[in-house]
Amino acid sequence: MDINKNIIEVNNLVKKFKDFRAVDGISFNVKKGEIFAFLGPNGAGKSTTIKMLTTLLAPSEGKMLINGFDPVKDQDGVRHSFGIVFQDPSLDDDLTAFENMYFHAVLYKVDKNIRDSRIEELMKFVELWERRNDLVKTYSGGMKRRLEIARGLLHHPKVLFLDEPTLGLDPQTRNHTWSYIKNVNQKEGMTVFFTSHYMEEADKIADRIAIVDHGKIVAIGTSGELQKKTKTKSLEDAFLSLTGHEIREETVGGIDRLRQRSRIWRR
Amino acid sequence: MSTIYILWLRQIKKYFRSRSRIVGSLGQPLLFLVAFGFGFGSIYSRAGEGNYIQFLSPGIILMSVLFTAVFSGIDIIWDRQFGFLKETLVAPVSRMQIILGKTLGGSTVAVFQGIIVFALTLLLGFKPQGAGVILPAFLITFLVALLFTSLGTAIASTLEDMQGFQLIMNFLVMPTVFLSGAFFPLPDLPPAIAFITNINPLSYGVDGLRGVLTGIHQFGLGTDLLVISVITAILLFIGSFLFSRIEI
Repeated sequence: MDINKNIIEVNNLVKKFKDFRAVDGISFNVKKGEIFAFLGPNGAGKSTTIKMLTTLLAPSEGKMLINGFDPVKDQDGVRHSFGIVFQDPSLDDDLTAFENMYFHAVLYKVDKNIRDSRIEELMKFVELWERRNDLVKTYSGGMKRRLEIARGLLHHPKVLFLDEPTLGLDPQTRNHTWSYIKNVNQKEGMTVFFTSHYMEEADKIADRIAIVDHGKIVAIGTSGELQKKTKTKSLEDAFLSLTGHEIREETVGGIDRLRQRSRIWRR
Repeated sequence: MSTIYILWLRQIKKYFRSRSRIVGSLGQPLLFLVAFGFGFGSIYSRAGEGNYIQFLSPGIILMSVLFTAVFSGIDIIWDRQFGFLKETLVAPVSRMQIILGKTLGGSTVAVFQGIIVFALTLLLGFKPQGAGVILPAFLITFLVALLFTSLGTAIASTLEDMQGFQLIMNFLVMPTVFLSGAFFPLPDLPPAIAFITNINPLSYGVDGLRGVLTGIHQFGLGTDLLVISVITAILLFIGSFLFSRIEI
């Protein structure tokens, strides 16, 4: 295995929750500079895999290397190597956008001398610099996403993880978000690993796609390769042919209801 | 150090930004001071115990410190629900530092709240012994704040959401306040109640603060400080341990 070529290496990764195997023996490599997508329905094990790669969950079995570091043995090494945008917002609503960025910069020990200029550079990049002193709770969903992307890039990570980065955003904001991500990938050669259950996103954005279903990788390849392999004419048909079902569209209601309820509680 | 500082700073900023929360949380101590202080005042002095406001004020100060402290600790549940906890958990810093910063921030905020209520008691006629008591009073208040922030942290680390919140309020926070000697003198209580007040750490906090501010002592300052410090250390340890085991 060549560390210089593969920035992520995963071998036979398993995560069990009691008897349920959420991730069931997954293996794949991601090359440096690549945009790699995990495509699969909700509950396929995509988020669980990201959590294990990013040290939030301990794996039950298997081996992982991120940027040459093992997430089980060398958490800090791994944590310095990646930036992440979670599926749900992870900003502090009661702080300003700048303060959220500053907080991150301190936690990741971004050099004091470049701290402010780096924050400015990134906030300009995602076009939020003008609103840096506004509380995040006044931001729209799309703006929050952009701020999270900027924050994820603050400490010059080698890999950017994005867990369903466009979930709940309107189509226009979605396109906008992806153009930022593409831009970073091309300009800084940063590896991007994202999960999605939007077929067209994986098709358009990713260099290679892993189709995930029931905790297993069913197939890996470029969109073209997957179509060729299944003798189909679109990624959608390829997905159907590989998994035997369509990607399930799921309501996003549950977590939103929870948030609303807790907001009422808070008063 | 910078990690502890930034987490501390976050708590402070959030506290001073929520002015409505600060003002709102003064309602309860004010009500207690007025209703109990003036309501029971005449009976208390007729029983030969002196001025009830003098007796009650330190208890009310620490009651608001306790509320603010426990809720600051319980903040972790909000951080979990609103996702911010993940941001701190994937950062390349030790969880010990995170929890220390958060706990110190929560305690600082609780002490602030205590100072505001202290000012309130002065307005209502509370007369402390003199300016020399400020430092020891401050120390006791801070220790009590630290103790109950750690308790809140420990509890919050084991809870997934706010479902258990009411349980904590009714079976832990309220009994701790009411069975602590904050409202009534501890001698001559029925044995069962006396037992509870004796194992209640707030009893020692209230006794310490009351002793320092007014000279009325039950356990003695040395005992008070020892008990609070030991329990604080234990809770801080348990809190950090439980926090370090959080998985998302």
